[in-house]
Amino acid sequence: MSKKKNPVGKQADKIDRGVAAPVVATGADMACREGLRRVVITGAGTINALGHDVASTLEAFREGRCGITQLDFRDVERLSIQIGGQIHNWTPETYFNRQQILLYDKFTQFTLLAAKQAVAQAGLNFEGALGLRSGVILGTAGGGLNTWDENYRAVYEEGKNRVHPFVVPKLMNNAAASHVSMEFGLRGPAFTVATACASSNHAMGLAFQMVRSGAADVMLSGGSEAMLCFGGVKAWEGLRVMSKDACRPFSANRNGMVQGEGAGVFVFEEYSRAKARGADILAEVVGFAMSSDAQDIVMPSAQGAERAITGAMTDAALNREQIGYINAHGTGTAANDKTECAAVAHAFGHHADKLMMSSTKSMHGHLIGGTGAVELLACIMALRDGVIAPTIGYQEHDPECALDVVPNEAREVEVEAVLSNAFAFGGLNAVIALRRI
Amino acid sequence: MTEDIQTRIRAIIAEQAMLEPEQVTDDATPEELGIDSLGLVESIFAIEEEFDVTIPFNANEPEKSEFDISNMGTIIAAVQRLVAEKDG
Repeated sequence: MSKKKNPVGKQADKIDRGVAAPVVATGADMACREGLRRVVITGAGTINALGHDVASTLEAFREGRCGITQLDFRDVERLSIQIGGQIHNWTPETYFNRQQILLYDKFTQFTLLAAKQAVAQAGLNFEGALGLRSGVILGTAGGGLNTWDENYRAVYEEGKNRVHPFVVPKLMNNAAASHVSMEFGLRGPAFTVATACASSNHAMGLAFQMVRSGAADVMLSGGSEAMLCFGGVKAWEGLRVMSKDACRPFSANRNGMVQGEGAGVFVFEEYSRAKARGADILAEVVGFAMSSDAQDIVMPSAQGAERAITGAMTDAALNREQIGYINAHGTGTAANDKTECAAVAHAFGHHADKLMMSSTKSMHGHLIGGTGAVELLACIMALRDGVIAPTIGYQEHDPECALDVVPNEAREVEVEAVLSNAFAFGGLNAVIALRRI
Repeated sequence: MTEDIQTRIRAIIAEQAMLEPEQVTDDATPEELGIDSLGLVESIFAIEEEFDVTIPFNANEPEKSEFDISNMGTIIAAVQRLVAEKDG
């Protein structure tokens, strides 16, 4: 781990740092904010290619370890893309009984494992009144994609005329959210958000708003994805934006994204409640903003991203100088990374050169609808432990991405507030702001 | 055969660019024909389907691709090679 400032140093730079408009809350914003409650995170859980829990994932972030490996599933030899952030040694029978496995697609299994870890850490029991004031909002893009894949194969390729009776409840996008509600007795708002690569951030943003507004006292939120199956990867191959060798965000020689899988789930709790019961508070959620490019179904817009970034800071009443770290969307595609750097440079003006921005997708791959949830762990680590997760695989300076992307080695720096970016296909942007507590 | 491949590729590109096939000249670049990156990915898919070949092309680094997309002439030559390899 390195303690020095950007080891890449000052190099050629082609990013326009506009004279960003000051981020200040307006009178109307301030009036609206009165009466709003504070929201804190009191539990976190995950499973992803880097580890089967939060501790092992954070350790991998600190070490800059890569979880991207050779893919291993049926018909993989028919794919031109052979790598991914796959969870190996996954044994659902360790966690679930036979009946549950019949009913849970892999994306639900991942979600339940992460949710159980988060609730255990928070130390909450939802029996009685609390269950009525609690809910769950999760993100996923593909839902039960493995179930679709297996059953299409059965009826089309193998010519079977009968499928298991639970195919529909297993594959539906809300299955994970529903099973989480049942597992813990969450009887308030419960639903699933599907906004492609921004699903988790949209889900967590809405959960934050619900606790802040008083619609709920505790919300479980995050997201999951299990798209690493033949059909899931084959579909992505078609776009020709996937890398065959590595995810190298912001590096001039980047050549595309690498898919991952897994889940991240958090407990969002009203602050005074968490404080009164002596909960260990991981971070405060202070702002959220979303925007739509309204422009192109796949090509991102810097303006749309910038509006979500400045919107989140305004919502959080944070000045841009207070932001020390951004967990980037950083997919490793040519288009995303330069557009995202342009948006950040324009939103932050000269402060863009002082903040750090890394993409942990270089380690766990792109979890599509679950990605923002796993990436929020890097934000919590930055605030709580003062450790900034690196962008690994970084090899060549790109003048169009000339920001401090924390190349290859984690760094020890105290930060006060952070942002987590997510910019989805379809031009849907969602940015969350967290603060140290 | 060579002539035929040329004609069929011109027709595919013309359809994508909403032009007449004779407007798709050898020295024209995809950009000059009004084909953006997504249009190019679609055109390559259509060529693969037409000739049953696999074209090595990554939209993140088109210039580094083994498949030279500098202009229509290089695209046609590259497809002719792939078809010859397949038939050979």
